[in-house]
Amino acid sequence: MKYHRKRRHKVAKRLEVMSGNEAVARAAIAAGCRFYAGYPITPSSEIAEKMAELLPKVDGKFIQMEDEIASMAAATGASLAGLKSMTATSGPGFSLKQENLGFASMVEAPVVIVDVMRGGPSTGLPTFPAQGDVMQAIWGTHGDHAVVVLTPGTLEEVYLETVRAFNIAEKLRTPVVLLLDEIIGHMTGDVMIPDDSELEIIDRPKPTVPPEEYLPYDDSYGDVPPMGSYFEYPFHTTGLHHDKTGFPTTNPVKCGALIERMLRKVFGNREWLEKNVEHYTEDAEILVFAFGSTGLAAEVAVKWAREQGIKAGLLRPLTLWPFPEKRVYDLAEKAKAVVVAEMNLGMMIREVERAVRGVTPVYGVLKANGQPIEPPEILAKIKEVA
Amino acid sequence: MAKPKKKFRIEVNEEWCKGCVICVDVCPTNVLDMKDMLSKWEGMVVYVKDIDKCIGCDLCELSCPDFAIEVYEVPQEEEAQSG
Amino acid sequence: MAFNYKPYIREDKFPNIWCPGCGIGILMKAIIRAVHKMGWKREDVALVSGIGCTSRMPGYVNFNTLHTTHGRALAFATGIKHARPDKHVIVVSGDGDALAIGGNHFIHACRRNIDITLIVLNNMIYGMTGGQVSPTTPAGYRASTMPYGNVEPNFDTVNLAIGAGATYVARSTVNNPALMERQIKEGLQNKGFSVIEVVSNCHIQFGRRNKMGDQLVLRHWIKEREVPLRKAKDMSPEELEGKFVIGTFVKKTRPEYTEEYAKMVERVKGASK
Repeated sequence: MKYHRKRRHKVAKRLEVMSGNEAVARAAIAAGCRFYAGYPITPSSEIAEKMAELLPKVDGKFIQMEDEIASMAAATGASLAGLKSMTATSGPGFSLKQENLGFASMVEAPVVIVDVMRGGPSTGLPTFPAQGDVMQAIWGTHGDHAVVVLTPGTLEEVYLETVRAFNIAEKLRTPVVLLLDEIIGHMTGDVMIPDDSELEIIDRPKPTVPPEEYLPYDDSYGDVPPMGSYFEYPFHTTGLHHDKTGFPTTNPVKCGALIERMLRKVFGNREWLEKNVEHYTEDAEILVFAFGSTGLAAEVAVKWAREQGIKAGLLRPLTLWPFPEKRVYDLAEKAKAVVVAEMNLGMMIREVERAVRGVTPVYGVLKANGQPIEPPEILAKIKEVA
Repeated sequence: MAKPKKKFRIEVNEEWCKGCVICVDVCPTNVLDMKDMLSKWEGMVVYVKDIDKCIGCDLCELSCPDFAIEVYEVPQEEEAQSG
Repeated sequence: MAFNYKPYIREDKFPNIWCPGCGIGILMKAIIRAVHKMGWKREDVALVSGIGCTSRMPGYVNFNTLHTTHGRALAFATGIKHARPDKHVIVVSGDGDALAIGGNHFIHACRRNIDITLIVLNNMIYGMTGGQVSPTTPAGYRASTMPYGNVEPNFDTVNLAIGAGATYVARSTVNNPALMERQIKEGLQNKGFSVIEVVSNCHIQFGRRNKMGDQLVLRHWIKEREVPLRKAKDMSPEELEGKFVIGTFVKKTRPEYTEEYAKMVERVKGASK
């Protein structure tokens, strides 16, 4: 059997051949990213290399920092100084970045963090894919924190979701984790790149008061405070709990209000953030849940299942967090089984189980040996539970 | 006639003074001393004991960690030349 | 003649949290005076810190201020400076913040020679967290994690900075605030990475654990060990053991990071025309 995907025909400015990693870099520039700080790590290094090549051409700033921690710090500093910024890494580096990712979350700095997932844990399998960082992407840094996690699958999605990652980061003043895996990062094909004018670009909300009156965390405007950049709007901020002036506080009322607002900032915008790709879900009796490159394999498996008379359907989230719990429940309720396929030994399946609330049995196609999950494996499971 | 000796004025911010005694310690001419203020952690604050001894070296101001002491020069009238 | 600090401080945050007699306040004032004498507008200055007693300084000064994570101030500051090379970035850090957890960022900032001024306030202990040993705690002295006396040798901040390539390196102590200010100003003037170490007294943690007495005693203990650089040049390593050599060690010019980057950008943009 041949694996092939239906090509979507769109009117586009240009068709170009690129890898997933390259697409991230190209899209970042198109989204207005003008600062990149990173550290080499397989399989993400091509993102850094491409940004090093592209940024000087647009008067942007590139720097290879001395380590992953410094990269996350520099990207956050540049964001506070007014630039759209990004850093990219893989598992071990993502672990290192957690503290400063939490800092970016706490000071509400827009930053895009790309994690091209590889076999883990620890040094793992640097040149093989995995999806073992998904829980870490959501919960990796300590404390209650706001983060949005995106999981594109196709090359075109990589491009568009990178732009969306920047838009979300800017609009909600939050770090956004863009998860790829080694397959997506390195797979190369043609991408229908929209013309820059076709892209919606969102910038951080700007203050409307003069600098002397500016408060960096003024919640009177809603859950996302206007963000002035350093030097134009001098302000203080800290990783400590702080009030709307940016200065530290331990006052329980203020601290509670801060942390609740920061979570509400993301979860209160669930509808705007949620984005799924669905195939054959209208009447699906077997609901498959998969994301990233496994999601692409699931698309093929579901198509074959239909060809064989099985009413299978696929929910492939592009926004992994906030989790599409309602959609999962609504589809699971109408199905007789849910199959979760992921390149780990059981992470998102827990979220699916939680969302399904026991209304339908949930099964897993779980693998963490560095090999991709292929359509026949998913089809076999679909048949088994059908 | 010799120019009159420069005169100085020292202002203490008792609210910010923590009674650390550094200014008393660094003053080369014994201008300052400490007085009781039991509400303070160290139980004391600085006061100006003898302003006439002040030579305006600024060491107290430079060495105070708390912006609690300032030295100002007092503008002097020139003594009229006789004869 | 009294310097007017008011425009540069956030008065509503005072009195500050530092212990009575702590040298950090003296450093803060010296930084303010140096910035003022540079003629810079306060809106054009950023003060970045990590975690620790020294790192509490940004909250009190009226600049663009950022209080970051332990040891990482220089990395955040690099992001800010690289994004806005036209602005002025100062970093304050304690000995633990700059030389232990922050060691890697310290040496790379020196190597890059990025136009940032780092002031390391060295009080030879981890003050805020309760008196643990620091990479600058002298051998033999007690700390909460070396209760029987420190068995480790300590760093010489100046040597580290010189070895890593900083273009302005100086040291003073809290006993000489005028010299402190002069060195900071020279650091600010230096178009490159400047490291100024200020030796200070933490009588509450370092002093008390070593039964050294109060702030005055500890300041005098430091003063007795101060040796001016011109005199130190003629002294042997044994004679200099345990001493604090005061002065300016390096003052040189080397290509500065943001300038080199800008030149490269011009070259790239010119080539692609």
